[in-house]
Amino acid sequence: MGAADLYTPALLEHVQHPDYNFALDDATHVHEGVNPSCGDDLTVHARVGEDGRIAEVSWTGEGCAVSKGSADMMADLMVGLTPAEAKELCNTFGELVRGELAPDEAEEELDEAACLASIAHMPARVKCAELAWRTLDEMLDGASSPSTTEDGSERPR
Amino acid sequence: MDARCSAPLLSAARAADIAANPFVADFPLLAARPDIAYLDSAATAQRPAAVIEAEARFYETMNANPLRGLYGLSVEATAALEEARATFARRVGAADPREIVFTRNATESLNLVAKTLGEQLLSEGDEVCISILEHHSNLIPWQQICARTGATLVWLYPDAEGHFSPEEIEAKIGPATRIVSIAQVSNVLGVETPVAAIAERAHAMGAILIVDGAQAVSHLPVAVQELGCDLYAFSAHKALGPFGVGALWGRLELLESMPPFLTGGEMIDSVTQEGAVWAPVPEKFEAGTQDAAGIYASAVGLTYLEEVGLEAIAAREEALTTLLMGELAKLEGVSVLGPCDPAEHHGVVSFDVAGIHPHDVASLLDAKGVAIRAGHHCAQPLLAWLGHPSVNRASVAFYNDADDVMQLVDGLKFVQEVFHGSR
Repeated sequence: MGAADLYTPALLEHVQHPDYNFALDDATHVHEGVNPSCGDDLTVHARVGEDGRIAEVSWTGEGCAVSKGSADMMADLMVGLTPAEAKELCNTFGELVRGELAPDEAEEELDEAACLASIAHMPARVKCAELAWRTLDEMLDGASSPSTTEDGSERPR
Repeated sequence: MDARCSAPLLSAARAADIAANPFVADFPLLAARPDIAYLDSAATAQRPAAVIEAEARFYETMNANPLRGLYGLSVEATAALEEARATFARRVGAADPREIVFTRNATESLNLVAKTLGEQLLSEGDEVCISILEHHSNLIPWQQICARTGATLVWLYPDAEGHFSPEEIEAKIGPATRIVSIAQVSNVLGVETPVAAIAERAHAMGAILIVDGAQAVSHLPVAVQELGCDLYAFSAHKALGPFGVGALWGRLELLESMPPFLTGGEMIDSVTQEGAVWAPVPEKFEAGTQDAAGIYASAVGLTYLEEVGLEAIAAREEALTTLLMGELAKLEGVSVLGPCDPAEHHGVVSFDVAGIHPHDVASLLDAKGVAIRAGHHCAQPLLAWLGHPSVNRASVAFYNDADDVMQLVDGLKFVQEVFHGSR
C-alpha cells in the first residue's frame, strides 16, 4: 500500500506543524519552484553565512502535503552544509524518490526524508516530493527563472 | 454491424436499482479487479467484452486495408468500416452516414474544424465564442487560430452552478461572431449547456455552431438535428470503444465547403504533378489508413450503449450520483462543485476536501482501491475562474454500483482520518 506508507505521521507532522514555513528577512538566496499542473508553488529561502555554509533554509507557498512536507524536511537537513554538499544531498534525494537508490543507503544522510522513498512507486507524485529540492539545487546554481519538476505533459480528461 | 451485443436489457426502474449490478459480468476488467472502484469514466470508459472481442474479430476474420477493394477481404473490411459509419451516424441522429468523418479523438475533430473552417472564415475583427467550461481541446485550437487570423476569442460565463443565462448568450454572441464552439456537457461540473438556445442565437447572427460532445455521447440521447448545431465532435473511448477513434459529424453541405485537413492517400480522387482533386466527403477528411479495427469495435460499443438504452443509463447514473452527492454532503469539509441537482451532473461529481490537496486525496484513495481523477482536468481557465487550482473528480457510469460509491465515501473518511484524526 504505497500511499498509506507515504503519509506517515512524520510527514504529516511537517505538513500540519511545519518548522520552517516562513520567509527569511536576511536571505542571500530566494527562488520559486512551480508545478503548474498541480498548483504546487513553493518559494525556497536560504541564508549562506560568511563561512560559506548554509546557515538557514525556509520555505513559503502552497502545495500538496508531499511537496510541503518534503520542503520542511529538506530545510532541516541543509543547515551547516556547503552549497556543494547541499547540491549533493539534493541529488541523493532525487535518486531515492526516483527509485534509483535503496532507502537504507540514504537513511543516514536523509534522516526522516528517507521515508519519502515509497513515492518511487507513485510516478505521478515524484515531482511533488522533488520540487523543493530541485528549487534549492537550481537556486544554488544561480537560476533566474522558476524551477519546475513537471515535464509539461497533460493527463487525459 | 453485429445484430446484438447481448447487453442486459433492463427497464429504467430496474437499472436504477444500484444495489444490484447486472453489467459487471460484461466488463472483463471490472470482473477481474473487484477490489477496484473505478470512478474515472469521464476520463475513459471501461470496455465490455463485446468491444474487446470485436477488435480481435476484425483482425482474425476481415483484416485488409479498406477502400482498396480489389479482393474479397478488402471489400469486407470496407463494408465493416462503412457499417460502423452508419452506426456512428445513427448514434448522433445524423441524416446521412457521409456526414460522419472518422478521426483519432474529439480533440482531433476540433482541431480539424479550427484549422479548416477557422482558417476559411476568420479575419481581423471577427469573433470566436467559447465558454469558460471548455476542456483545453475546445480552447487551444481556437486560441491558436485567433492568434493566426487576428480574430478575438470571446468567453461565455455561467452562474456558480454552471447555468448560462439568455442575457449572457445574447451579450456574447453578436454580429461579429463567426464561430461558436461549446461543450455539451462539462467534464468538470457535469452540467449540460443550453445548446439549442445557443444554436438559435448563433444562427441568427450568421455564425457556425460546433459542439464538443466528448462528455455527452455516453450519457445523453444526442440528436444533432434537434440540437441545431452545425458540427459535433466526440471520442469513442468515452463511449465504450477502443482508444484512438473519434468522429466529427457535420452538415453535409458544410463539410463539402470546408478545405481538407490532413492530406495524402485516401483523401484524393486524382493527383497530377501539378495538383490534386479531393475525394468527396467524408474521405476528403480521412487521409491515410484508418484504424478500421478500432472503428469497427467502436461501433459495437455504441451498439452496446443503445442496447442498454440511454433512458436506463440515465436512470442508473442519476441514482448513483444522488447517492454519492448525498453521502458527500454528510462529510465535513467536502463541497461539490456545479449543480445542486444530481440529475444535472451526467455522472460527473467534482469536489473539494477542505485543507487536503486533491493529489493527496487521490493518492490515499488509491490505497483503498478507489480510482478518481484529481488535478485541473484539462480545464485550467475554468478552475482558475472557480478559484481552485485543482479539484477531485469522481465520475460514474452505468456499470458502477452502490458499493463503488460507498468505497469512495469510506475512502474519503480514511483520507480525513489520516490528515486530521488519529490512526
